[in-house]
Amino acid sequence: MSETFTKSMARNIFYGGSTFFFLLLLALTFDTESSLHETDNRENITEQVSHGKRLWEENNCIGCHTLLGEGAYFAPELGNVYTRFGNSKEAIMGFIKSRPVDGIPGRRSMPQFNFTDEELNAVAEFLKYTSEINTQNWPPNIQG
Amino acid sequence: MNYQSQAVAKPYFMAAIGLFVGQILFGVILGLQYVVGDFLFPEIPFNVARMVHTNLLIVWLLFGFMGSAYYLIPEESETELWSPKLALVMFWIFLVAGALTIVGYLAVPYATLAQITGNELLPTMGREFLEQPTITKIGIVVVALAFILNIGLTVLKGRKTAVSLVLLIGLIGLAVFFLFSFYNPENLVRDKFYWWFVVHLWVEGVWELILGSLLAFVLIKTTGVDREVIEKWLYVIIAMSLITGLIGTGHHFFWIGTPEYWQWWGSIFSAMEPIPFFMMTLFAFNMVNRRRRNHPNQAAVLWALGTGVMAFLGAGVWGFLHTLAPVNYYTHGTQITAAHGHMAFYGAYVMIVLTMISYAMPLIRGRKEAASRKSQVVEMWSFWLMTISMVFITLFLTAAGVLQTYLQRYTDTPMSFMVVQDKVEIFYWLREGAGLVFLFGLLLYVSSFFIGQNDPEEAAKV
Repeated sequence: MSETFTKSMARNIFYGGSTFFFLLLLALTFDTESSLHETDNRENITEQVSHGKRLWEENNCIGCHTLLGEGAYFAPELGNVYTRFGNSKEAIMGFIKSRPVDGIPGRRSMPQFNFTDEELNAVAEFLKYTSEINTQNWPPNIQG
Repeated sequence: MNYQSQAVAKPYFMAAIGLFVGQILFGVILGLQYVVGDFLFPEIPFNVARMVHTNLLIVWLLFGFMGSAYYLIPEESETELWSPKLALVMFWIFLVAGALTIVGYLAVPYATLAQITGNELLPTMGREFLEQPTITKIGIVVVALAFILNIGLTVLKGRKTAVSLVLLIGLIGLAVFFLFSFYNPENLVRDKFYWWFVVHLWVEGVWELILGSLLAFVLIKTTGVDREVIEKWLYVIIAMSLITGLIGTGHHFFWIGTPEYWQWWGSIFSAMEPIPFFMMTLFAFNMVNRRRRNHPNQAAVLWALGTGVMAFLGAGVWGFLHTLAPVNYYTHGTQITAAHGHMAFYGAYVMIVLTMISYAMPLIRGRKEAASRKSQVVEMWSFWLMTISMVFITLFLTAAGVLQTYLQRYTDTPMSFMVVQDKVEIFYWLREGAGLVFLFGLLLYVSSFFIGQNDPEEAAKV
């Protein structure tokens, strides 16, 4: 780099630039917060959905699955599993419930979590609520 | 080594390398589970192995950053560390807390771990990379605070250089943004939005400051190029990192229930995120070309150059591949993300820590400038084995990801996830093979510390 461009000029670009763009990020964050209610489906967060999210977390579902595309890539996307399973909570509950304890020889298999019926319902409610979030039409098709 | 207290870096570096080996062992297990689905099931299901793999990575990199700072700061500040004792106490706290957490992951079901650690009091668990029990997270904050206090007071009492200030800003940023891990609202969209304030603002934000300053330090030491020149580069690089990376956070907000405008902000700014990494490559090669001396530690110089190249490829090029919203619409959450993640973490953060260890460890162990020729040759072999196998891991995962994207998302007759996984299986086998080569390279790396310890120093060439 040329001699006319000094270290202190570089330093000022760093401090000025990062301060400006940090403030811009803050401004965009405030704006997002103010319009988030239009897309985040918050009106459907019931006690059950909340409970379902906790179960989702405390069983580390994200360790295998993606949810809205984020997570691990070992098992199917679940953001749209409610629609993929024919808009059926029962199908989701039935699937989770029927996982064999010792897995499937040679294949990937979901663990058996021994959920109660109430817990199964909460997880399904959570996944239903998630499927109704406005994700700008993602995923591209039902396969997730 | 000019200051006695720099030696506290040693246990940090040793722990980092030890945990690195653990991380890769679990990586190899995960790779096998991709093709032999029931491997170790139900004893170590995939999610547990993955948690161990990613958490060990984070923890050992943190050990590496802390060790690097403990080595670098006294030398830059030209004074002893404020409290070497505090640094050692924190080392043991961090190591024991980390080990207990990993044992917890492996010994009991995750839900049980959540229960015994009282997750319901302050639920923070079960989110990707932030799986640690809340109590562990609090421990991380305590260690980080004590660490920054120690480093900060050392900087304050000594000489202030651009390298040490940038490192300090990066480390403070690391600690501050980690606090978002305690925010876990019931609103999933908001949860995901602020989760990125830890994850993105770490790896595509403040960690780049840490990376830049460590690279600058090693280049100053090994090339003898004027500090003014190197620090000017450093400022420009990290300025570009934050100018592009802060708003670049938006490339994670395309499809998670946030407003549509993020597709524009995220695409445009993250498309520029390769710039600082490209500059880093130019920087490393330029400084080495303009070197005033041939430093006898050729391995450290190799790692420094490798960091520049691989960070640019992994974080820059592979990041750009899928960062534009119209592309990401199809690739989001596929093996392409995994490919990028592997090479970016290796190229940027693994390699910079290994660069620092390569430079500092021989000095801490009492050598004048560098490890013996024999040891360096083995280390450089391990560099090539690990780096080339990581390139292949990335290429195989990219191939799997492209096929997955096409078969599952793009074709007129999309197939289901598991059907597609079976179809791309060959690439998972190839990746596993490359992973085994990586493991071999890593073991070779470890062995280099035990080779030729008593051999004489290489004479510095002019």
